[in-house]
Amino acid sequence: MKEMRYDSVVIGGGAAGMAAALELAGRGLSCAVVEREGHLGGILTQCIHNGFGLIEFNEELSGPEFAERFEEKVRKTAITPFCGTTVIEMELEGDEKVLSCVSSELGVVRLRAKAVVLAMGCRERNRGNIRIPGSRPAGVYTAGLAQRLVNIEGYVPGKDIVIIGSGDIGLIMARRMSWVGCKVHAVVEILPYPSGLTRNIVQCLNDFGIPLYLSHLTTDIYGKDRVEGVEITPIENGALMTEKAFKIPCDTVLLSVGLVPENELSKKMGVEINPMTNGPYVDSSLMTSVPGVFAAGNVLHVHDLVDYVVEEARRAGAFAAEWLSGKRSQKEIRVKAGPNVRYVNQSRIDPARDNKLYLRTLIVKNDAVLEVKLNNKVIRQARKSHVQPSEMLSLSLGPADLEAALQAPDSTLEISIL
Amino acid sequence: MSQELICITCPMGCHLSVEKAEGGELSVSGNRCPRGAAYAREELFAPKRVVTATARAARACAGADSCAEAGRAQGLLDAPRRVPVRTAAAFPKERVGELLERLYALEVELPVERGQVLVPDALGTGIDVIATRSIK
Repeated sequence: MKEMRYDSVVIGGGAAGMAAALELAGRGLSCAVVEREGHLGGILTQCIHNGFGLIEFNEELSGPEFAERFEEKVRKTAITPFCGTTVIEMELEGDEKVLSCVSSELGVVRLRAKAVVLAMGCRERNRGNIRIPGSRPAGVYTAGLAQRLVNIEGYVPGKDIVIIGSGDIGLIMARRMSWVGCKVHAVVEILPYPSGLTRNIVQCLNDFGIPLYLSHLTTDIYGKDRVEGVEITPIENGALMTEKAFKIPCDTVLLSVGLVPENELSKKMGVEINPMTNGPYVDSSLMTSVPGVFAAGNVLHVHDLVDYVVEEARRAGAFAAEWLSGKRSQKEIRVKAGPNVRYVNQSRIDPARDNKLYLRTLIVKNDAVLEVKLNNKVIRQARKSHVQPSEMLSLSLGPADLEAALQAPDSTLEISIL
Repeated sequence: MSQELICITCPMGCHLSVEKAEGGELSVSGNRCPRGAAYAREELFAPKRVVTATARAARACAGADSCAEAGRAQGLLDAPRRVPVRTAAAFPKERVGELLERLYALEVELPVERGQVLVPDALGTGIDVIATRSIK
């Protein structure tokens, strides 16, 4: 069996993986990127719509353009991409991580490295995850699978569509299916507010007159061989109004009901997972509970924008390089999600350096305040004109903000939305 | 007169408020950057959208019943079937249907380079349609 040794291995060749690898290679470290698909780019290659890269490139690009720009940078470095290669297991051997990989070209390969960056992205939740009752006809797809079928394979999976869930992929697919000549009859959302970005409600639903049913549950999928329709029931004050249920005939159901970080490999290796994000717990240097294993991008927590994924992954790559050079954080303080905050992406930060935190709120509110407390003392209040769970918030904190923590031996930072 | 809009220029999704003063001047508030004000004016008078779609990749499909069949015949199991495309700038909204018909009728010869103009001056609007991925 072929064995190869690198300073670092990145699992996943999407936006996060490429950005992390570029940082590692840029610091003179050898780096391999293992990618399951036959090419780099990850999910971006099927996201043909625009809206990518406003922060990164200061232009509005489509997914494939964004991916290709990164791929070109990767090809100019000494990074070794292993495309069409799947990591099947990750083990610890002393301070080395051993990745068992398979590919049709190389057979079984073992990659060894001291530092690993997890960049596997996420998976879509499916019908089983949300337990929609009814028969099991053909024609039920996750939105991302339908996106792949239409944009890459060139097949249109139906004619009359109902989309369950108002996540961004579902909204983007509502427009895409309309533009390929399908009729999208409805988007059904269980929550009282949409899960996707507001701009996507405007340009993907309102532009096409597609009705959005908020606070509605899909209570049945009909059909024997093929989907024939769905039953939709309104929710009022937390109760299902069964007498107000109605049917929408359709031949295809697309599910856009959330994403889950893909951490099967990480869990098997003993990486501790945060139940709020389904991603690993990470410290001030984006390192997981296994020393030398870092995480960034959608495998850590699901992001709204690839630009944020890239920013986070660059830091993970840089931190992995620092760690390999022997540098360790001298002091860390705990980070706690306070009132109305669902999660903060890091569980610890280093008060001696500049930190960037991402968080999600639990509430929809205008004129909200993001409040940061250090050991119960307010150190920052920032006004937010509008907050909602689907729009991620970010926060930068440097040594000047965290001075008090440098003295106190045991400090806690609490972030709340008021 | 006041009208509420949501800016779609970028994913920030600013909530815009457009006021029309007596002299007919529009004043836009709620935008976090100048593009918001420009979007509001355009959305009220001549709405535009960037159109993204895919076109048929010609080589893999030539002379075969299906792209998949052609790909297999050439030993290219994952022969590219679709070329992602977009308008190089926002396109008049009322003519999007017409543009899509034109794009779906298009056959793109491979190889194609990212940024390559596939339809110059689409429908006489002065806006080009470009490929968004290089395919060999």
